[in-house]
Amino acid sequence: MPQGRAMHTMTTTNWDENGQLEVLTFDIGEECLAIEAVSIREILDLLPETRVPGAPDLVSSVVNFRGKIIPIADLRVAFGMPIDADEGPGVDHRIVVIETELDNETIQIGLRTDKVHEVATLERSDSSEPPVLGMRWRREFVRELVRQTDTVIVLPDLQEIFRSMAGAA
Amino acid sequence: MTSILTVDDSVSIRMAIRIALSGAGHDVAEAADGAEGLAKARDAKFDLIITDLNMPNMNGLEMIREIRKLPIQAGTPIIFLTTESDDAMKQEAKAAGATGWLVKPFVADHLLKVTRKVLGG
Amino acid sequence: MSGQDPAEAFRVEAGELLDTTEQALLDLTHQLGSRDLIDTVFRGMHTLKGSGAMFGFDALAAFTHHCESAFDRVRKGQVRATAELVAVTLSAMDHMRALVDGQGEQLEAESAAILARLQAAIVTDSEASGEGDGTVELDQPCAANPWQVHFRLPVEAMANGINPLILIDELRDLGATRVVALTQSIPALNALDPMQCHVAWHVELPGDVAREAIEDVFIFVMDEMELNIDQQAQAALAEPDVTGATAIADPDLAAPAQAALVAAETAGNRPAKAVGESVRVPAERLDLLMDRVGELVIVQSRLAQLACGGFSGPAGELALRSISEEVERLANELRDTMMVLRMVPIAALFGRFRRLVHDLARETGKTIDLITDGESTEIDKTVSERLADPIVHLIRNACDHGLETEEERLATGKSAAGQIRLSAQQTGGEVLITIADDGRGISRERVRAKAEANGLVQPGQVLSDSELLQLIFEPGFSTAAQVTSLSGRGVGMDVVKRTIEGLRGQIDMTSEPGKGSVITLRIPLTLAIIDGLLVRVGSGNYVIPLSAVEECLELSLEDDIRSRGRSMIQLRERLVPFLRLRELFGTGTRPDAFQKIVVITTGGQQVGLVVDQIIGSHQTVIKSMSSLHRSIPSFSGATILGDGGVALILDVVQLVALGQSHEERLRAAG
Repeated sequence: MPQGRAMHTMTTTNWDENGQLEVLTFDIGEECLAIEAVSIREILDLLPETRVPGAPDLVSSVVNFRGKIIPIADLRVAFGMPIDADEGPGVDHRIVVIETELDNETIQIGLRTDKVHEVATLERSDSSEPPVLGMRWRREFVRELVRQTDTVIVLPDLQEIFRSMAGAA
Repeated sequence: MTSILTVDDSVSIRMAIRIALSGAGHDVAEAADGAEGLAKARDAKFDLIITDLNMPNMNGLEMIREIRKLPIQAGTPIIFLTTESDDAMKQEAKAAGATGWLVKPFVADHLLKVTRKVLGG
Repeated sequence: MSGQDPAEAFRVEAGELLDTTEQALLDLTHQLGSRDLIDTVFRGMHTLKGSGAMFGFDALAAFTHHCESAFDRVRKGQVRATAELVAVTLSAMDHMRALVDGQGEQLEAESAAILARLQAAIVTDSEASGEGDGTVELDQPCAANPWQVHFRLPVEAMANGINPLILIDELRDLGATRVVALTQSIPALNALDPMQCHVAWHVELPGDVAREAIEDVFIFVMDEMELNIDQQAQAALAEPDVTGATAIADPDLAAPAQAALVAAETAGNRPAKAVGESVRVPAERLDLLMDRVGELVIVQSRLAQLACGGFSGPAGELALRSISEEVERLANELRDTMMVLRMVPIAALFGRFRRLVHDLARETGKTIDLITDGESTEIDKTVSERLADPIVHLIRNACDHGLETEEERLATGKSAAGQIRLSAQQTGGEVLITIADDGRGISRERVRAKAEANGLVQPGQVLSDSELLQLIFEPGFSTAAQVTSLSGRGVGMDVVKRTIEGLRGQIDMTSEPGKGSVITLRIPLTLAIIDGLLVRVGSGNYVIPLSAVEECLELSLEDDIRSRGRSMIQLRERLVPFLRLRELFGTGTRPDAFQKIVVITTGGQQVGLVVDQIIGSHQTVIKSMSSLHRSIPSFSGATILGDGGVALILDVVQLVALGQSHEERLRAAG
């Protein structure tokens, strides 16, 4: 739907009135990412995945999630992180099932994560927009960066990622 | 509620009959052969007895003859199960005192029709 | 699933019986001499009459009796089946439908008219053919004299379980207007055994009751009893007595003064009942539903346990969560199973159009063959019903405007008979229904002229061919030079289009002048179940729709090697293009030692799919893929296997297209 795309502006983060945001944090590769807790449906141990030949690398397989066929997304592809095909998933590997709106359709997607940390509360005061220069990643894939004491948490723009990398029109 | 006795050595036939008849609001008792059928017919008055003819222990013909001697079952309609081709058997069963027959294979509707035919309603 | 009401069950059965009989009649049009078809029609009528009487559809039984007799005569070779006889019988079938629905008691005039035509059809034919024995008169339902039934039961009848009152009730249900008990033979009280039956009866029934229906009342006692069924004034015309019942001259009849009047008036008019909608469901699908319900009961008991305070704190929370998940899964599966219950084969819908085409052929004077294909394709019942009207309209259009007259066809070198091809096919989440004719095609000039006249386009406006054809679907558009009784009944193609779009479907049209037109309806399915063939390619499982599978062959090592780098393979005497799915899907695995070729057919094209293993057939509930995967051409959906794993469903049509480009690449490289 071309209109949908034209109308799209960068997804904004829903900080609450106290400037806080409840998120689930998890690792992908070396990076720590966060997703709003409200969009998390489930954290799953390993599920048998079914490869979909011809699918975009970002969503190369599907799983049976309670009777529904949902895609499994590997965000490493979006962030250009190396993927070692021979190396199986680590012991802490989990699939985080999220629910998101994509082109007026609510869909569930399983995100491959290397380790799930915790539900944390982020402060808006620690947050900044991604810099225009100097990013390793495509800027539009990142909504905000939130500084913590020992690390920086990335708030990805999942809708933008799926739109541009999985051909969801 | 009308009470109906079904006598057949085949569990599935008995079940089919029970389902069809209890579905139509009848009370259904079962017996697995002629001897058991006769025993039950001695104990309680039935409004209708539906029996197979070819059964172990006591066959249907014998059972019908015996039941016709029971005062408690005076005038009780007895329907027997037969096949289209078995005309001789039909005559014999009628002679033994059967009221009518139901041709196998039958569907629930046939059974109900025959039941209505002898019970009225 | 109509509960316990046998009359309701009969309505459903009768509907199906009428449908199959109608199909046989339509087939009969093309092979008037076919004994099998005549027998089928006869049996259908026979059963309908018998069951109709069984469930109190007396008007139906009586009416059907005449059609049955007619076909009995055809069956016995006394009368030849003619197109006119078939046509009359088809109208009779409509009348029977009305009678089944409880209407039609008011339609006596129509009934009489049909029967008159029926008789004419038989008489004329028999006279024209010079065959027959001259005894072709049908029973005259309206003019018939009342039946006089006299019967006396065997003395031991009551002891043997016969209740005479029930027999009389049955006769009364048949419409008996007078019942007289004849009591002279009753012995003196001291000699009377209460279990013996000494009464005889005289019963009068309306003349339109079928004799068989009367005889049926006495079926259990017929052989031992006195029974005389007579239609006095027409005794000469009455059928010979084939029942073996003993006809007796009873002195009781001459002494009506001694008769005791038992009953008089009868309840004749039966109020029309509303016909409930019902769906016939294969038992295995109900079993599936039953399983889910069973699981639901188990979960419910777990929940009840939890509610009673079995757990608290984190353990309780965990238990509750697991129950919640379970309920969610069950709810989903129940919903899916329910939807599958609503699926019906499209055959029933298609069946209705055979009749339509038959009638259209008669009305237009054209010879029209209807060819149907893919009738086992399943579709939601409601969707099927809503498709009926649009397709009727499309077929009307095709027969009326699309197909030429016989002379025109012959003049242009076509076969005299026009052809309408109606086909259904499931491709993934859609059902494609095509209505194709081999007629004159759409005249672009006429469309253009009409559109300009209606102001839909400006004179001289440049339009592509497909844009021009799309104009047909514009409101108010009609290409009929003359509006005949067939098309243009106020319904235009725009209504058809709206209806299809209302089903979230699409309508497309292609047309080649001189060759004919094809209209394609694409109807999306939220859920569907197909028979699939489960195969393995590399480590992945895939389902091939069984309807497309023609055969499965072994790919010998020899053939495998010989066919490397090529895109055709020699199968027996044929050269068949093939696709190695392992390569197509880039599995990166080595082929199995004994690969198989699954030969599929689509759109008249054969393609072999090379797979590693054939696992077996699989009842496949089609699940749609998320929007992230919907655009991948090779697959039309996915399904969940018994072990919870996922198998992708191959999109046969798309795969062939993919294979074609694959072949071109190979050619280009070679």
